[in-house]
Amino acid sequence: MIKAEQKPFEEILEYLAPYNKILLSGCGACVTVCHAGGEKEGALLASALRMARQKIGKPLEILESTPARQCEPEFAQELSDTIGRVQAILSVSCGVGVQTLARHFPATQIFPGVNTTFLGETVAHGVWEERCQACGDCILEKTAGICPIARCAKQLLNGPCGGSSNGKCEIKRETDCAWQLIYDRSKSLGQLHRLTEIIPAKQWGVQSRDSGPRRIVREDLKV
Amino acid sequence: MSTFEPKIVAFCCEQSGLPALEMAKTLKLKMPDNLELVPVPCSGRIETLYLLKALESGADGVVVFACYEENCQYLQGNVRLKSRVGYAKQIMTKIGLEGERLEIFHVATNSGVKFSEFLMQKADQLRLLGPNLGKIA
Repeated sequence: MIKAEQKPFEEILEYLAPYNKILLSGCGACVTVCHAGGEKEGALLASALRMARQKIGKPLEILESTPARQCEPEFAQELSDTIGRVQAILSVSCGVGVQTLARHFPATQIFPGVNTTFLGETVAHGVWEERCQACGDCILEKTAGICPIARCAKQLLNGPCGGSSNGKCEIKRETDCAWQLIYDRSKSLGQLHRLTEIIPAKQWGVQSRDSGPRRIVREDLKV
Repeated sequence: MSTFEPKIVAFCCEQSGLPALEMAKTLKLKMPDNLELVPVPCSGRIETLYLLKALESGADGVVVFACYEENCQYLQGNVRLKSRVGYAKQIMTKIGLEGERLEIFHVATNSGVKFSEFLMQKADQLRLLGPNLGKIA
């Protein structure tokens, strides 16, 4: 899922300085799971913002709402009645949700309350790690289900590099070397022969973000 | 002379804080004048939001009476509370609220005297700190 972290509190306060009534919109999907912008985190942030503004004698009224998925037009539309009653929106959903609201409510100023960080997995309570970079051309079948694009610092397709030491990466010693993981898992699955196949260079300019924003169209689903 | 009487919200675990309160009442021990008691089945029931909401809604100080560590009937409740209080304090720092306004106090069922003494001391401390300027009265 998409992982995010709340922006620094001072930065959010600065965005909201000119306003005295806002909507704080959370999202019930990915950012709820990573505790960055769900209903609970939104309520905490709202409470903190109200107190911080009260403390400096500039009270801030905050309406709170958490659509099930802020990035879906049907759910974003639920906020229509509220938008007319506020001067600005603080969205603690991912960057997609922020842009969905920006598209639906063109006359209302919107600010992001979180930094959208990566596509990742929950590895322990309170710990999330990057697992996918949405490169648009998945090669996990060749790498024992471990992604070298997201997990190798050098994004090597035929690793490891010379900096792999005792299973750790030279860039960050606390990070597992992705190619060591790929080798170990391939070995345990009896699939080491797969690693003799050279993985060709990716066409970054075709499938990836390098050729601009991507779009998926399913003609059968269009109405 | 200041007439400020700080409002204290005291969350009391039903396994420790509440019996300690009952003992304090039985012994007719002193309690702060402006005290709101909130019983909870376990201190682990208290979410970070409850602590902030108490401060936002008018408390000058928030206290949680919880069981001693490793003495929680639900095993990890008071450990979880500790993390949540730590997180709440981080948020309070960002707001500019003093950390002394939020505190855990571990008690046993027979700690009536400690219960009362701690609250009286907390009230004195809050009187010196002054009102919580973040509260929305």
